[in-house]
Amino acid sequence: MAALPPTVVIDEPRTNLGASGGAPPPAKGGGGDDSGDFSSLPFAARLRRARLGMAVAVSGIVMIFISFASAYLVRQGLPTLDVRTGTLIHDWIWLQLPNLVLINTAVLLISSLAMELARRQATRELAEAEISVKHQGQISWLALTVALGLSFLAGQLIVWRELAASGFYLGTSPSSSFVYLLTGMHGIHLLGGVLALLVAGAASLLRRPVSSRLVVLDVTGWYWHFMAFLWVCILCLLEFAR
Amino acid sequence: MATREFAAHEAHVHAAPQGFIRKWVFSLDHKVIGLQYYFLALTAVFVGMFLSLLMRIHLIWPTAHLPMLGDIKPEMYVSLVTMHGTIMVFFVLTTAPQGGFGNYFLPIQIGAADMAFPVINMLSFWVTFLAYLVMLSAFFVTGGAPLHGWTGYPPLSAVPSAGPGEGPGADLWVISIALFCIGALMSALNFITTTLDMRAKGMTLMRMPLTCWAWFITAILGLLAFGVLLSAGILLLLDRNAGTSFYVPLTVFSGQVVGHRGGSPLLWQHLFWFFGHPEVYIAILPAMGLCSQLVSVFSRKPIFGYKAMVYAMLSIGLMGFMVWGHHMFMSGMNPYSAFAFSIMTMAIGVPSAIKTFNWLGTLWGGRIRFVSPMLFAIGFVSLFVTGGISGPFLAQPTLDIPLHDTAFVTAHFHLIMGVASIFGIFAATYYWFPKMFGRMMNERLARLHFWFTFVGTYCIFMPMHYAGMAGQPRRYSQFTELHYLEKLIPLNTFITFAAFVTIAAQFIFVFNLFWSMKAGKKASDNPWEATTLEWTTATPPPHDNFGGHTPVVYNGPYEYSVPGAPRDYVMQTDPATVAAH
Repeated sequence: MAALPPTVVIDEPRTNLGASGGAPPPAKGGGGDDSGDFSSLPFAARLRRARLGMAVAVSGIVMIFISFASAYLVRQGLPTLDVRTGTLIHDWIWLQLPNLVLINTAVLLISSLAMELARRQATRELAEAEISVKHQGQISWLALTVALGLSFLAGQLIVWRELAASGFYLGTSPSSSFVYLLTGMHGIHLLGGVLALLVAGAASLLRRPVSSRLVVLDVTGWYWHFMAFLWVCILCLLEFAR
Repeated sequence: MATREFAAHEAHVHAAPQGFIRKWVFSLDHKVIGLQYYFLALTAVFVGMFLSLLMRIHLIWPTAHLPMLGDIKPEMYVSLVTMHGTIMVFFVLTTAPQGGFGNYFLPIQIGAADMAFPVINMLSFWVTFLAYLVMLSAFFVTGGAPLHGWTGYPPLSAVPSAGPGEGPGADLWVISIALFCIGALMSALNFITTTLDMRAKGMTLMRMPLTCWAWFITAILGLLAFGVLLSAGILLLLDRNAGTSFYVPLTVFSGQVVGHRGGSPLLWQHLFWFFGHPEVYIAILPAMGLCSQLVSVFSRKPIFGYKAMVYAMLSIGLMGFMVWGHHMFMSGMNPYSAFAFSIMTMAIGVPSAIKTFNWLGTLWGGRIRFVSPMLFAIGFVSLFVTGGISGPFLAQPTLDIPLHDTAFVTAHFHLIMGVASIFGIFAATYYWFPKMFGRMMNERLARLHFWFTFVGTYCIFMPMHYAGMAGQPRRYSQFTELHYLEKLIPLNTFITFAAFVTIAAQFIFVFNLFWSMKAGKKASDNPWEATTLEWTTATPPPHDNFGGHTPVVYNGPYEYSVPGAPRDYVMQTDPATVAAH
């Protein structure tokens, strides 16, 4: 682990967001803050904006997977024409997923826990407005999360190889197409999360302002939990939606 | 040390970029990105118009030998249909009103210095630009542009051997659409976060100009719809290139069984139209917001029923997700489903009528200033009503079945989605040009442009309804030899000539646009005497929009003819009326 600056002074979290003097607004409520550039905002405002952005992004991603899931359910119940007999038949073949997916799932859930520990530690340290040498611990939680995330992805690749070894390729049957599609799309999204965590790690090594790194860490944390949740949903869909 | 770094960092964040590349090409400034989107759409609209002109020429002179292009073969005609539709829907109607004007004016109208995530904003433009290049490149690959229409129905779109354009051309088409979706999703992310989080002090949601509401709701629709199209596109790419059978059933093409089985073409239709119907509102909602704004500004009256307008837009957006089946009445769907979709579709008439009556109510008794933006706004209302009224016809399965795939449908959606939205773009251009470029556009040319376009559009699309009712099919490259359609040839000739004139009139607009940038009359900061925040700042707005200070909002956006006020309008930032109310 590279050496970190022993102490870093950062802004104290502000509660009165955007109150930058001037007449108070006449209306109740009012808008957000009177922000300018993102990186010059107080930490809490940046965090709120980044979290909002992440929530919006997650809803977009949810729609992508809802489309796949509905396509999956529709295709499952769809009869197809059998040319030999000229009748409609159900050609859906249930694919037995290798047991490795359960281990992968456990790995991903543990990584989610590690992510949460990293995120909470970071948030606590910021709330104390004092980052001491202790936050090396946070880097290691982060490193653990990345390692577990990469092992999950490697595990999924092995699952793919096992499926291929048993004769199920992408185009073999409708069910195998969907298994590759759903796991593949989830994997790509998780890889995005891994990259974001690496950025957070690199930001700490490059001694960028602590608060910038914490914002990345926080929203990636939420994203990571979403990915774990999404994976559990996908697994349930593949295993139980019959 | 770290503290000093922090301070140095902060001191530089507001500085405007100096170099050409950072300032005009890879710019993070929402205003520059807005202009980039706008000019992308302007280029695209001319490509799209050129393609439509070729189609119109071919329809009445099917054997004509065109210079440079030669004969238009049936497959080329269908690829013109495809590319005209795709370019117009995605790169014009989705790009200019939202990406162009939304990007430029949403942050200014809510009193923010920029979009929430400027880097994502820049990326969304460049991904869209890349998508546009990929789309155009489909013309130049082996086999040419795809044949499957902008709706891309499989199996035609999913089997590369299905036709001359369905090889690499169709791959490029799908990749371009997927890229466009990614750009649109990033853009939606920015719009939603900016609207929710970056409003100036006092700018409550219910004090936002209706333009901002429209962009906000459009962004929500985009967020929920483009993800679905992206998914559908990924499945299509896999079907085309990876041997899967999501969409392709056991099919025979040219006497050969293709290597697919068990897929469902209807799956594509469901996914596509789940995106496709909201897309109609993505194109039209920004124009509705703008029209509301302009009708109020130039009638010198508050908008009639501000809240009703907001709720109407919200309900149009929500209901837009529940009606996709009305595009699929011909697919053999269960009549009970068709009935549900039909009822739901006609119910959209209610919020649409609320909006229309509110526009008319705003005009009623107003001191109307007939300047060019207002003419286009009124033109928009006219086209919205004319195009909208044929919607309830098509919403009924019993009427839709004979009218489907006729020119009636072409006329319907061109009026309501195409031209109405384009009128919104024109109105926005004439209205905001002074703010964007610091000069006024030539009013005389603008009026000339309006009348040619307004009358021309009706001349093109009204007769098309009759042609459709008489049975003239869409997408046929040649109908002149069909006996039962012979009587429609003069009508079609008229439409083609009307198209010539209308397209020619667009050069008046382009000339006016570029000429006024250089030689137009200098504009004041608030030439239209409007109330919203963009008119409180310098012309053109500085890099951080308000020159170092942040506006505080005290009033709603449509305070015109306020009793007791010193002038007939009260700016949103005027504190004086607090006492008056």
